[in-house]
Amino acid sequence: MDRFVFLTLDGLSRGAVYAAFALALVLIWRAARIVNFAQGAMAVATAYFAYSVAAATGSYWLGFLAALVAGLLLGAVVDLAVMRFVDHSSPLNPVIVALGLVLLIQAVLGMVYGNEFLPAEAPLSRAALTVGGLAVLSPYDLFAFAAVGVVVVALAWTFTRTPVGLRMRAAAFAPEVSRLLGVNVSGMLTLGWALASGVGALAGMLVIPTELGLHPHAMDLVFVAAFTGAVVGGLDSPPGAVVGGLLVGLLLSYVSGYAGSDLTALAVLLLLLAVLLVRPAGLFAPAVARRV
Amino acid sequence: MSSDDLLLVRGLEAGYGAAPVLHAVDLSVPRGTIAAVVGANGAGKTTLLRTLSGMLRPTAGRIALAGEDLRGIPVEQLVRRGMAHVPEGRGVVGELTVDENLRLGGLWRRDRADAARALDEVYQLFTPLARRRRHLGHQLSGGERQMLALGRALVGRPRLLLLDEPSLGLAPRVVAQIMALLRQLRDSTGLTVLLVEQNVRSALSVADQGVVMALGRVVTATPAAELRDDDDLRHAYLGF
Ligand SMILES: Nc1ncnc2c1ncn2[C@@H]1O[C@H](COP(=O)(O)OP(=O)(O)OP(=O)(O)O)[C@@H](O)[C@H]1O
Ligand SMILES: [Mg+2]
Repeated sequence: MDRFVFLTLDGLSRGAVYAAFALALVLIWRAARIVNFAQGAMAVATAYFAYSVAAATGSYWLGFLAALVAGLLLGAVVDLAVMRFVDHSSPLNPVIVALGLVLLIQAVLGMVYGNEFLPAEAPLSRAALTVGGLAVLSPYDLFAFAAVGVVVVALAWTFTRTPVGLRMRAAAFAPEVSRLLGVNVSGMLTLGWALASGVGALAGMLVIPTELGLHPHAMDLVFVAAFTGAVVGGLDSPPGAVVGGLLVGLLLSYVSGYAGSDLTALAVLLLLLAVLLVRPAGLFAPAVARRV
Repeated sequence: MSSDDLLLVRGLEAGYGAAPVLHAVDLSVPRGTIAAVVGANGAGKTTLLRTLSGMLRPTAGRIALAGEDLRGIPVEQLVRRGMAHVPEGRGVVGELTVDENLRLGGLWRRDRADAARALDEVYQLFTPLARRRRHLGHQLSGGERQMLALGRALVGRPRLLLLDEPSLGLAPRVVAQIMALLRQLRDSTGLTVLLVEQNVRSALSVADQGVVMALGRVVTATPAAELRDDDDLRHAYLGF
């Protein structure tokens, strides 16, 4: 029972990061109908940058801030310099361009920082606190939870309660009509990329210290897990992405806890396969037709 | 043609890809009047409106709104110059609520207080919408959608309203209400309307000017009363 509680809490804290990363994927999917396969590589790039800033300034938190800002900017640049020019007549084109971007970013990171794991220190203790003799979350886990929680709530509030959020949703659902109503649709698209990439950078910063450290491929498995979470939730649903990410985190934690950690990658792929076969629109797909 | 024309179109050509649809279209719509554009399916009425609102780029010709040449002005800026286009099929955003759809119509406005007033006025004008503020666009009936699309345009307090077949799929009583509303807005606020309609009778009943299109050209533009009352003209161009 203690073990179950521990695995559940551990799963939720992993899942929170997957949820953030899945949310970033959903934001871009909704705005641009692109699955941003480059998001993992982009997040790694901002994490390298953050640790450079932290090393130069001696402050982890300055580096953390730098990652978020770099994430926002990188997202905008990827949209304006690359994705904007992709011909969408075939859905395969943006996928291929995104994969090209992955190779490019990973190659550049490998050249600049090398292809070995570099240490990535966590800013807070990762030793689990014990409550009533039960090992629960570490201070770092709590920080990760809180950071993801704040971002999720802030995004939800922005999208549903603010004029710019209304513009972004309208631009995504009905670009032509939105332009007629004075919405700068391409600006909203760039903003969407920036926000998504910023959230991706946050997720990268949170997860990298809990794994093997900085590496050009550090986010590869996180990407697969988060993508699975996004698909479980239905690529169109931000709340779905959050729930899907948490579910994948739980699944991974139980599988590695009860069946062995070498099975986790397999479990994620099986879940992805099962969802795509049984309910490809995701568990949270709206019941009604999208366009009217 | 007078300097009082809110909309002035000269030699307009436009189309899709290589195929031209509009040929040398001339049009003038005086301020505070309603012009009804009628014509067979495929005559180019929708194409004309889409070109006027910048959704299609003209290949030749000139469009002036209140004397200002609109060439090169991006679509999203036209609403700031007083043009509102309610597209064919209405363009209600199904995933947004009624209230969000309506607020979208006034988001571009700097005068937030007046945007809020305009929103209230629209709710008073279309009471069924006020009862369905939180409903999603795709949950509305056809008539409610038409109200929403029209109301959303009005929240922006346009000078020129481009309407593409507002009567489509609506009961005659609702159509009559919409036509009466257009007339009332013209008389009370000086709104100028370019109205595309298949429902020729009701369009001509409120219009000041009747514009007949065929095969991408304007074949006649006369006072609507003439088109309404002159049997020969009507037979020749409208076939009834
Ligand atoms: N998206 C498009 N691509 C290519 N051709 C088009 C497109 N839309 C319209 N056309 C063509 O342009 C011509 C004019 O179409 P348009 O929609 O302007 O007619 P309309 O007068 O609005 O007809 P209706 O009364 O049926 O709405 C038609 O021949 C049509 O086939
Ligand atoms: Mg038409």
